[in-house]
Amino acid sequence: MNTTTALFYFFSAVLLLASFRVITARSTVHAALFLVLAFFTASCIWMLLHAEFLAIVLVLVYVGAVMVLFLFVVMMLDINADEFRAGFWAHLPVAGLVGAVIALEMALVLMRGFQLQAPAPSAKAIEMGNTKLLGIEMYTNYLYPLQLAAVLLLVAIVAAISLTLRDRKDGKHMDASLQVKAKKADRVRLVKMAPTVELPSSPPSPPSLPPVSGQSASKDGGAA
Amino acid sequence: MGPITLGHYLSLGGILFALSVVGIFMNRRNLIVLLMAIELMLLAVNLNFIAFSHYLPVEADRMAGQVFVFFILTVAAAESAIGLAILVVLFRNRASINVEELDELKG
Repeated sequence: MNTTTALFYFFSAVLLLASFRVITARSTVHAALFLVLAFFTASCIWMLLHAEFLAIVLVLVYVGAVMVLFLFVVMMLDINADEFRAGFWAHLPVAGLVGAVIALEMALVLMRGFQLQAPAPSAKAIEMGNTKLLGIEMYTNYLYPLQLAAVLLLVAIVAAISLTLRDRKDGKHMDASLQVKAKKADRVRLVKMAPTVELPSSPPSPPSLPPVSGQSASKDGGAA
Repeated sequence: MGPITLGHYLSLGGILFALSVVGIFMNRRNLIVLLMAIELMLLAVNLNFIAFSHYLPVEADRMAGQVFVFFILTVAAAESAIGLAILVVLFRNRASINVEELDELKG
């Protein structure tokens, strides 16, 4: 039994134990933390399979981003965990039977059918490394799917933000499109009204004004 | 115990997948744990892809499996982000994430 074999069995045991705890943990936070352990162990197994770039990506993307998102959501929601536990073990016989059958069938077929030994790594892989090989493949043969994946991520960003974005009820911001669309008829209404106060009767003819020219001349003289 | 063959990795993936199926059965009410079990399933699938890509005798095609894993990771990240967003909106509207209470469309 060499080191790789021992590591494989160790990582497999940790991975299966962690995923078992994910599905049976009482608290959802514990489940999320065990899921982190499962992802980390899986990344170690991928290292054994010489997929170094993807192993790092798994840790960065899953442990770093997705699981933090999970933990945020779990801690943000005020969930009563006990409400989900009622009758939890009642499903165990059926679920355990289905799971055991799936696992046994797969293991039987796979252990019989795939007794392949790992081929020696090619000279190119040794010279260039996993990351460079993957990058060359991705940016030549799989360029179009790569662009589609980028678009998919953009769609996911827009969808997640627009789903959770919430307008404040008492917000005082203005909606520019509504402002532009407003017409005069929407805002101002001219109403013809009957006068509520009686018009004054027409005044008598104005008294004749005194002559102005003499007054102003005398005022000018006084100022000087 | 002989050396590790492809069958060992595929069996590990199969057991992991079966565990997630059991998890979906048993946590039928808790939406968050359901999402986590789906993530575990995707992890098992990815493990199979990488194992096949490592053990493939044809040298020229060996990276194809890893490219696939890359795309699956992308889709899974997008899926969990949108799923959690829907979960948050659901909790805001119903104050519950119990799957058995979400039966308004039931005839």
